[in-house]
Amino acid sequence: MKLRVKFSKHGVLRFIGHLDVMRYFQKAIRRAGIDITYSSGFSPHQIMSFAAPLGLGLESNGEYMDIEVNSLTSSKNFINALNAQMVEGIEILEAKLLPEHAGNAMASVAAARYTIAFRETYRPTFLIKLVIDDFLGQSKIIVTKQTKKSETTFDMKPFLFACSFDEDKHVLNLVVDASSSGNLKPSLVMKAIYEKNNADFDEYALLITREETYMNAGTQEEMKLEPLGFVGSDY
Amino acid sequence: MDFIEFPRPLIKGNEVFMRKLALSDEILLSVQQPARYIGGEVNMVVKNPSEVDIRFAMCFPDVYEIGMSHLGIQILYNMLNCYEDTWCERVYSPWPDLDSVMRERDIALFALESQEPIKTFDFLGITIQYEMCYTNILQILDLSKIPFYACDRDWDCPIVIGGGPCAYNPEPIADFFDIFYIGEGETQYRPLLDLYKACKKEGCSRKEFLLRAAQLPGLYVPQFYEVAYKEDGTIASFTPTVNGVPKTITKEIVKDITNTTYPEKPVVPFIKCTQDRVVLEIQRGCIRGCRFCQAGQLYRPVRERDVDMLKEYAVKMLANTGYEEISLSSLSSSDYSQLEELVTFLLSHCGEKNVNISLPSLRIDAFSLDVMEKVQDVKKSSLTFAPEAGSQRLRNVINKGLTEEVILKGAALAFEGGWNRVKLYFMLGLPTETDEDIRGIAELSDKIAMTYYDTVPKDKRNGRVQIVASTSFFVPKPFTPFQWAPQCTKEQFLEKAYATKRAIMEQLNKKSIKYNWHEAEASVMEGILARGDRKLCEPILKAYQKGCIFDAWGEYYKHDVWMETFLECGIDTAFYTTRERGLDEFFPWDFIDCGVTKEFLKREWCNALKESVTKNCKEQCNACGAARFACGICIMPRTTVGS
Repeated sequence: MKLRVKFSKHGVLRFIGHLDVMRYFQKAIRRAGIDITYSSGFSPHQIMSFAAPLGLGLESNGEYMDIEVNSLTSSKNFINALNAQMVEGIEILEAKLLPEHAGNAMASVAAARYTIAFRETYRPTFLIKLVIDDFLGQSKIIVTKQTKKSETTFDMKPFLFACSFDEDKHVLNLVVDASSSGNLKPSLVMKAIYEKNNADFDEYALLITREETYMNAGTQEEMKLEPLGFVGSDY
Repeated sequence: MDFIEFPRPLIKGNEVFMRKLALSDEILLSVQQPARYIGGEVNMVVKNPSEVDIRFAMCFPDVYEIGMSHLGIQILYNMLNCYEDTWCERVYSPWPDLDSVMRERDIALFALESQEPIKTFDFLGITIQYEMCYTNILQILDLSKIPFYACDRDWDCPIVIGGGPCAYNPEPIADFFDIFYIGEGETQYRPLLDLYKACKKEGCSRKEFLLRAAQLPGLYVPQFYEVAYKEDGTIASFTPTVNGVPKTITKEIVKDITNTTYPEKPVVPFIKCTQDRVVLEIQRGCIRGCRFCQAGQLYRPVRERDVDMLKEYAVKMLANTGYEEISLSSLSSSDYSQLEELVTFLLSHCGEKNVNISLPSLRIDAFSLDVMEKVQDVKKSSLTFAPEAGSQRLRNVINKGLTEEVILKGAALAFEGGWNRVKLYFMLGLPTETDEDIRGIAELSDKIAMTYYDTVPKDKRNGRVQIVASTSFFVPKPFTPFQWAPQCTKEQFLEKAYATKRAIMEQLNKKSIKYNWHEAEASVMEGILARGDRKLCEPILKAYQKGCIFDAWGEYYKHDVWMETFLECGIDTAFYTTRERGLDEFFPWDFIDCGVTKEFLKREWCNALKESVTKNCKEQCNACGAARFACGICIMPRTTVGS
C-alpha cells in the first residue's frame, strides 16, 4: 500500500539538503515505528521516493514523498506518530492512501507554486504590478541557463504558468513547470525580471517558499493543476 | 531528568520561539555543509539558560563530521546533561571556508545548541584524540577570543580543560590549558563542577579555584608545575611550585562499566558522518599488550560490560535514533567473553528491524566468518587482517600474537566461504626491522594469494583474488614499551616503502596485490608532538599563527612551515624523534601514572629486543601495575578466565 505524505520545511531545515532530508526521514520513520516496506537483499532499504528536490535555502509548505507500507492505521495516527519524531522546522501536514495504479510522486509532478519575498534592504524599487504585466506581455522570454558544462538559451514562457505581484505584501506569486523534463527554477524567472528592468540581480535577495507542488489532473492540452495529494484519500 | 529536548520546541511563556542562528543566511549559504553549524539535530539537548548554574561547551577540535562520530563526547554530553544544574553543548572546528569568514567579519565562535559565544561559558572541554589536532585547539581558542595562554585568562573566560588519549602527554600543549583531565571522564566531573560552584559562591580567584581543582584525583593544572632541563635537553626535574598539589597524577578509571552512565539517546546528525550508526562500547581496555599500541596500555585493565546491559542499550538506542546500523566498539571485540550471546541477540533483533550489524576488530575464525556471512554480502565485502609486521620474528618483537598459520587458515576458511578480497595492515619502521622483515610483507601477501588459488577450484572462482596491503609508518608513543625506541627519519621511511613496493613486484601473484603507503612527513610530525615536552608550546603557537591548521588533513598539512618554525624556535626535531633514549631518562609524561608502571614497560622493551613474547592478560598476569585499580580482568580468577 502506498501513502503520499505532505510536509513543510522551514527555519534551520533550509540548510539541510535533499539527500540529508531523505536520510532524516528514513530514521524518523524507524523511530516512529511505522510499518514501512523494505526492499529485499543484503542491504534492505525503505521503499520511499520524493516528489521534487528542494534547493538549499528554500522553505516549503508543500513537499511530498511516497512510501510503501505493510499495514495501515489511520491518516491521523500516522501524522501524529511521525510528527512526534520531527525536529523544529519540519512538520507532517497530511498522509493519503494512494489508489493501486497511481503514478509515483516524482513522475506526477507537473508544476509548483512559489511565493517570493525580499530580504530587507534588498527590496527592488522597480518592482510594481505594471512591470510584471509588461514582463508577461512579451511574446517570448529568452533566457540563458547555466548548466554544469555549458550555457543554453531557451524561451521560458511556455514553462511560466502564472505570475503576479502583490503590491501590499510586496510578494511575488509564481506558478511554474516543475516536471522532470521542464523544471523552471523560480530564481531564473526572477533573474529575467531583473534583467528586463536593467537591475542588478542578486539571488541572495530572494526569500523563496514553495507553497504547493501540483500534478496535472486534466489532459496534456488542457492542464488542470491539483495538489499532489489530490489522487489520494484520507484513511 | 528535567530538561527540554528536541523535537519539542523551546517554550517561553506562551509563545514558541525559534533558535536564532549565530551565522547569517548569507554566510550559511556560502559555506560548504552549513548543517555543520546550525545544530537542531534529533536528540539535541536544550535547556533554559536561566535554570542552570553551569554552561559547558564540549569540543572536538576537528570538523563536525569527525567530531560527531566520537563516542566519548556522546557519553560525556549525556552525563553532563543529566545533571540538572548543567547544560552541556557542542562545538567543532569551523572548516577553513567558514574560518576565514569569521575572522573577516569578527564573528565569535559559538556552541551549536544555544548558538551563544563560547567565551561566555563556564567550561570549555576539549577532547584531544590525536596529536595532529593541536593547531585546531588554538583555532578554537582564537575564534572564541580566549587568550592562548592559560596564565593570561581571568574569570571572563571559561575554564579550558583537556582530556582524551593525548592528555597522557599534555606537555607540548601544557601552556594552553587550565586543567587536563587524565583518564576516563565519568568520575571527576561532578566533584569538579561542585568545586566550581562553591568557588564562584565564595568569590574565589580563578587561581584559587585551579589550586583546589589540582587537588582532585586525575586533574593536572600545568601552571602549578615547573620543569628544569639538563644540558642535553632532557628533563632534570619536574616539580610542583605550590603546596598541596600532587607530584604524580594518577589516571581516573571507571571500575564498573556496567553500572555507569551511557547515552540512550545519542544526538543524530542530519549530514552523513564518519560514524553513521549506533555505537555500543562492549568493553574498555585490551588484554593483548601489543608493544606499539598506546591504547592497549592506557586503558588497562580490561573491563567488560554486562551482556544484558548491552542488549538493553542496543534496543533503546536503535529505537531512539532510528539508525539503520549498529556497531560494536572495543579494541579487540573477539576477546569479549559474551560475544556469541550478544551477536546472536543482535542478529535476531536487528534482522526483524532491518538493521545492519557492523563488527570491526574481529579475529577471523569460524565464528566470525559465520556471523559476517549473515550480516553482509560476501561478494561485496572484504576481510581484514592486521599482522602489523611481515615476519614472525618482528611480530614477536611487537608482541602481536597473530601467526602466519592463523592468518592463512583464516584466509582459507574465508575463501571457501566465498570472499575474495583481503585487506592487510602493516607498519614500517618498527624497532629492529630489517630488509628481511620488509620482504616478509610481500611474501605474506603472496602466500595469501596462493592460498586462494589452492583453496578455491577454478570453476568456483569469482575472478582474481584481490589483496590490498597498506603500510603506515611507526610512531613511538608515550606509555608503550616502545617509548624508548628511536623513530625513523622521513628518508628511511620512504626507502622502506620503496623496498616494500619492490618486494611485492617480485612476487608470483604481484598482479593480485595492491600496495598503499601513508604520508611520511605527517608521521614525522606526529612523532615530534607525541613525545614532545613543554618546549614545543612556542613552535606550535607560532606554526598556528603562520597558518597551520587542520594538520590531520593531508591537503592542509604544511610540513615546510612546521619545519621552518622549529628551526626559528631553536628546536632540533631529531631530539624528539630519532634520538636514542636512555633507560633511566625521565620523560616529559613520567609525572603521570597511567596504572602500568615504568618498570613493566622497561621489562617489555627488553623482551621486545629479545624477540620474546609476553602472554595476554587472560592467560597470565604480567604484573603491569594496573591490578591496583582492583577491577576488570585483574580481579577475575585466572583459572575461570580461560585463554
